[in-house]
Amino acid sequence: MDAKQIFDHLAAKVGDAVSAFTTEGTKDPYFKVTPAKWLDVAKVLKSDPELAFDFLNNVTAVDWLKQGRIDMVYHLWSYSKGHGCVVKAELPRDKPQIASVYSLWKAADWNEREQFDLFGVEFLGHPDLRRIMLPDDWPGHPMRKDYKEAEAYRGMPTTRPNTLELLPMYDKATPDQKAPQREEQSDE
Amino acid sequence: MSEIVLAYADSGEEMTLNMGPQHPSTHGVIRFIIKTDGEIMHEAIPDVGYLHRSIESIGEKCTYEGFMPYTDRVDYVCAMTANHAWAAAVEKLAGLEVPIRGEYLRVITDELNRISSHTIALGAMAMDIGATTPFMYILREREYVNDLLEMICGARLTYNYHRVGGVGWGMPKGWSDKVKRWCDHFEPVIEEYDRLITNNELFVARLANLAIVTRDEAIDYGLVGPNLRASGVDFDVRRDVPYSIYPKLEFDVPVGTGKMGTVGDCWDRYQVRVEEWRQSVKIVRQCLDQIESTPPDFWKQPKKLKPKGDAMARVEAARGEMACYVVGDGGTNAYRARFRTGSFNAMGMIRDKSRGLMVADLVALIASLDVVAPEIDR
Repeated sequence: MDAKQIFDHLAAKVGDAVSAFTTEGTKDPYFKVTPAKWLDVAKVLKSDPELAFDFLNNVTAVDWLKQGRIDMVYHLWSYSKGHGCVVKAELPRDKPQIASVYSLWKAADWNEREQFDLFGVEFLGHPDLRRIMLPDDWPGHPMRKDYKEAEAYRGMPTTRPNTLELLPMYDKATPDQKAPQREEQSDE
Repeated sequence: MSEIVLAYADSGEEMTLNMGPQHPSTHGVIRFIIKTDGEIMHEAIPDVGYLHRSIESIGEKCTYEGFMPYTDRVDYVCAMTANHAWAAAVEKLAGLEVPIRGEYLRVITDELNRISSHTIALGAMAMDIGATTPFMYILREREYVNDLLEMICGARLTYNYHRVGGVGWGMPKGWSDKVKRWCDHFEPVIEEYDRLITNNELFVARLANLAIVTRDEAIDYGLVGPNLRASGVDFDVRRDVPYSIYPKLEFDVPVGTGKMGTVGDCWDRYQVRVEEWRQSVKIVRQCLDQIESTPPDFWKQPKKLKPKGDAMARVEAARGEMACYVVGDGGTNAYRARFRTGSFNAMGMIRDKSRGLMVADLVALIASLDVVAPEIDR
């Protein structure tokens, strides 16, 4: 099935939980899902014999700072049918929350943890939602567009002096500041 | 499992064992927290992130073309396909055409790099479970591949060869013949390697029926590439979601058969990679024959690169499908660059898969999944 047929087939099952099938301005056609109904839609996507999306290929978040939202992007693929689809869910930026699909695809486990770590999206119902790349006490979510890096983490500075700026210092060094020559040892 | 091991299992005393991050057989900087009772593991919890450099964030700060050297670092063992994934994603987003010779050179370098990546995977796997010799033998072949790739792009590991719209350089004089000669040399080496280790009785006994990943599990956990095919799923991005010039080429997709044990055991994952060597050599030969009759252009550099929209390109890397999702907002930089890599999902299944395995088998499991730390952490 192509993307339009998948969308029509899905819309017939779940009604207005999916909307806005889009082909303009994107290379992979996508449709939007109401975040509150994502888990129900995902169940249909996986279990419907015509759709049979058994492979959760990719879970991504995109932070749209000016629009004040975070988009979740799910790429699904069906090995048996050989077709794929892209699902997007728009979440409010100040409190992004969406249901976890760990119960349907185990691949969601680490992928959702990564998006939680880097974007701060909360996946409701995830069994083990903790940071994966960064330490547990890291402040903030670094992939957000308004993220400001802290100057230090546990006393370790996060910036270092530019080594190129240090170079002239060595040019000006007087002979006695240079590394001492080794004294030649006489063979006995 | 031996009687003695079972007799001492479940004595009720759980020990926590720390493995890594600098453990040599974890293929990079990965840490496992192992809860074990005697020799049998209750759980091995992977702790990743030691190599996290936020390559995706760097991708938002560089121009589309300037990000190419960083993609090498996504997977330093098979950097060429990471180059390809990024180039393909940006080309798809901007609607660019690649000259046909550029596509051929991409595929040749991809396949050569796949061969060298599998030499590391298989050699290291043999070494991890105690066979040191094959590693030395097969790394010699990897050096030859590195030499060939160095001749075409000047680097041995981090190539920065593919460009948005083509490849950086054409073939040097006589390179094509050198690659052909190496192919003639390499095919007998695979036979030799098979005699040395693949069908070695000890090796088979060690790996057959170990850490079986069933077909459903492999799909559920999102395994890709050789790991997926070893579990009996006949899927290859090169054939089933064709890109570049792969539709013009003839090759088989090796699938795990359970020849020595059960479908999806460690030996199958090993065997699939050996077969992929043969297929890659076959592809390289076909490309070298066909590239002669193509026009000499290999790079059509885009004049203006300010795409808008989003696109995802899927490429078959050595560690399975590498998908690159890129969002453009009309600027010179990507608004979002995302790499979906094979090792990340493979590591995600180790916690569940390790239950009931022996500690020494964990090393075999990691090696057979062929995880590479920078690809997990990015």
